[in-house]
Amino acid sequence: MTATEAPTREKLVGKALKRREDPRLVQGLGRFMDDIVLPGMVHVKILRSPLAHARIRNIDTSRAASAPGVLGVFTGQDFADVNALPYAWQAAGVENHINTPRILAVDEVHWVGDPVACVVAETAQQAEDALELIELDLEELPAVVDAQATTEPGAPQLHENAPNNIAFEWDCGNAEGTDAALASAPVVVRQRIRNQRLIATPMETRGAIGQYDAGTDEYTFWLSSQAPHVHRLVMAAFVLGHPEEKIRVIAPDIGGAFGSKIFMYTEYPLVGLLSKKLGRPVKWIETREEHALATAQGRDHVTDIEVAAERDGKITGLKVTTWANLGAYLSTAAGGIPTTLYARMVAGVYKIPNIHCKVYGTYTNTALVDAYRGAGRPEAAYVAERAVDLVARELGMDPAEVRRKNFIPSDEFPFDTGIGMLPYDSGNYPAALDRALEMVGYGDFRKEQEEARARGKYLGLGFSTYVEVCGLAPTSWITSEGWGAGLWESANVRVHLTGKVVVTTGSMPHGQGHETTFSQIIADELGVPYEDIIVEWGDTAGTPFGYGSYGSRSLTVGGTAIVQSARKIRDKMKKIAAHMLEVNEDEVDFEAGKVFVKGAPDRSVSFADIALNASVGANLPPGVEPVLDATTYFDPPNCTFPFGTHIAIVEVDAETGNVELKRYVAVDDVGNVINPLIVDGQIQGGIVQGIGQALWEHGVYGEDGQLLTSTLMDYGIPKASYMPMIELDRTVTESPINPMGVKGAGEAGTIASTPAIVNAVMDALAPLGIKHIDMPLSAPRVWAAMQEAKGN
Amino acid sequence: MYLMHVSMTVNGQERSGDVEPRTLLVHFLRENLGLTGTHIGCDTSQCGACTVHLNGKAVKSCTVLAVQADGAEVTTIEGMAQNGQLHPIQEGFWEEHGLQCGYCTPGMIMTAADLLKRNPNPTEEEIRHGLEGNLCRCTGYQHIVKSIQYAANKMAGAAGD
Repeated sequence: MTATEAPTREKLVGKALKRREDPRLVQGLGRFMDDIVLPGMVHVKILRSPLAHARIRNIDTSRAASAPGVLGVFTGQDFADVNALPYAWQAAGVENHINTPRILAVDEVHWVGDPVACVVAETAQQAEDALELIELDLEELPAVVDAQATTEPGAPQLHENAPNNIAFEWDCGNAEGTDAALASAPVVVRQRIRNQRLIATPMETRGAIGQYDAGTDEYTFWLSSQAPHVHRLVMAAFVLGHPEEKIRVIAPDIGGAFGSKIFMYTEYPLVGLLSKKLGRPVKWIETREEHALATAQGRDHVTDIEVAAERDGKITGLKVTTWANLGAYLSTAAGGIPTTLYARMVAGVYKIPNIHCKVYGTYTNTALVDAYRGAGRPEAAYVAERAVDLVARELGMDPAEVRRKNFIPSDEFPFDTGIGMLPYDSGNYPAALDRALEMVGYGDFRKEQEEARARGKYLGLGFSTYVEVCGLAPTSWITSEGWGAGLWESANVRVHLTGKVVVTTGSMPHGQGHETTFSQIIADELGVPYEDIIVEWGDTAGTPFGYGSYGSRSLTVGGTAIVQSARKIRDKMKKIAAHMLEVNEDEVDFEAGKVFVKGAPDRSVSFADIALNASVGANLPPGVEPVLDATTYFDPPNCTFPFGTHIAIVEVDAETGNVELKRYVAVDDVGNVINPLIVDGQIQGGIVQGIGQALWEHGVYGEDGQLLTSTLMDYGIPKASYMPMIELDRTVTESPINPMGVKGAGEAGTIASTPAIVNAVMDALAPLGIKHIDMPLSAPRVWAAMQEAKGN
Repeated sequence: MYLMHVSMTVNGQERSGDVEPRTLLVHFLRENLGLTGTHIGCDTSQCGACTVHLNGKAVKSCTVLAVQADGAEVTTIEGMAQNGQLHPIQEGFWEEHGLQCGYCTPGMIMTAADLLKRNPNPTEEEIRHGLEGNLCRCTGYQHIVKSIQYAANKMAGAAGD
């Protein structure tokens, strides 16, 4: 570097750096919930209803209370004065008939898993042993499990305030226009489709530790949480009735979440209340079976689609009616998922002039349903992508061309789809489709498919041209949509006396690599060495309020708050440095960790020297306070809309119905990419989860409400041997919403992949005249459909 | 409560404790010995997060009683790095982004070590098949396969020196 050149530093944004999180995790040095041990800690185990619907006649806890090591046995009566859990996201603009869980059930149980009693003992094993000694006397009542059947006359009623088990009735779009389009269209396709119940199944189940300090009247909680500040606020205001500032919530390392660790659960305040009663810290760790019963589940829609189209493939109307199963009670965000995040996205990537979507949120005797990776958008993409494929099939047209014909044109962004979603920020749908077609060799494939069919082989190709909404969300919009709080994000950046930088983020990483990504951003913004940056998260003590990580918001919202705080620091450093250099502020530039005089870069002062000066405060310009410390609360002006094209190629075995995934191509546009390795990981992981729904996963309830898939033997999440290597590529269409031009990538893979697989299987089976099979497309289900089609 | 005394060598050190007969090896490692790198992810032996080495073979420590390991040599994830240097498999997972939340990772690494011991040059299919007993919900497995391929190359290279 010569005297006349400005300083430069290699930019880290855009680089595939390996992660800072990994060294401790690959050595088993992570600190997950069950790794935390506190002095005097005791353990609670929970007795859950074995019946789906029953009146509690009596609970005899006497034998359990005198079992070895037991400190106490509690039932719903012991917590009768504690509020039921809050319902924080209502279906907006309509009446919601609200019923939420109590800490422990009183009078009635409504699902297998409903907590009815708990035992606290010195060891977890002793607590579990004592559970078996509790005598539960229940009067069984009839149960109902289907999202739509529950609304029919004669169905068992769960809650007095919700006739026909309807929690809410909601709609969006233009009913009249859509009905008219359907009435006048030359082609109308109708199909019932199901989006089946899923169990989130992170590898780490939930857990909680509660510690009450009688001296300070303060609670400390360790929670499996995607949003510690939100858990603190909700517990303070709505459950414990205890001041927010006297509660501390810490989220340790989280072993995966996928949405299931966002919500308030009964066990969280329970451990705090038990700690207060018993004067000891209390730990609860969910078993895998409990996870299947007691953690919020995903999806579970019954949907009728009606699509109106012209003979050339132009779609003129889309009418959707959905019964969304919400489970036995309303979970924290349950109202918003099937309305704002699902119904308002059924247009997909298409410019459809008439759309109407009606949603019934319904109660059944099953586990609670709430956000699960994609949260409403997978259900929407499934509707849009199946609808387009069914139209293509009806018209005998190429599904790629029908899509292209109906895409929102690239020059019409920002685009309002007319059903109450925010305008899509930017998009170029044809580019992603073209790239995917090129990667897969589409023309050759159709020839290959014909040849295969001639040999009796069922080879199929399926498209998913998707868009999703994430980067949640502008606060004024989301509150008008029924969410009872904000969705901005916080970032505090402070520079220590030595020039080291600490970033405290309100985001809550649980596998996404934020520590690495945020370090890359700060390194570029402040020009400091990567190793000089520490990223902190997960503890409410002394940190700015954050809304946490879900809805693919951490980079777009959390990352932008970090950028803005960094720039405030930069501005202050320029002021201080100019003073140190005895020039005016407008005569200096900040680059690569130095502030220098423009045109004379050898007159400079280093980041570390400015930091030292700022921290001591001996030589500051008038009006400038000591210390480099900036906090930003960033409220995004819009959501962001990642998009792309996925293509799956499958072969269906003619004898067994088994679906083999032969190729999977994904072209995704997440805007600018900060760390390509991490984005690839998110896309791949998301894709496999979505494929899991398409082919193997299903949370199955018997007619009596028993969950038949409560272990990993029965609930089939994908294994390594099920997958080929996924082929990834990207287009980059910047988002105008934030300074980095990023869109978010955490859920896109899951949203896209499910319809790609289903469309592929339907394409494979087209020669048999099969139009639709509901998921999961397991061998027995596909085989049965093939037999039926053949007239067997 | 009836207790039995067990002793075993864990990561090269003599360790012992008093356990109930029904105590699982995974609980003994985590709670008695404080080696919390081995994780519990299920209750039916599907997930593999609890994988350790027992007398040189990968086992699911949730399906082994502590008393069964009496007198045995046990290696856990904490015993893989030597003298502050990561094992090539740990290095591979770091280089190839083979982990996201990190919860399944210790089990994956222990299984991978056993796999590569038996088959130092596995094909992609053999790696995927070898991982059937280890579930991951975050990564989709692609980078895990690459991590193990990295390790296999590195270990083969070292072996050739």
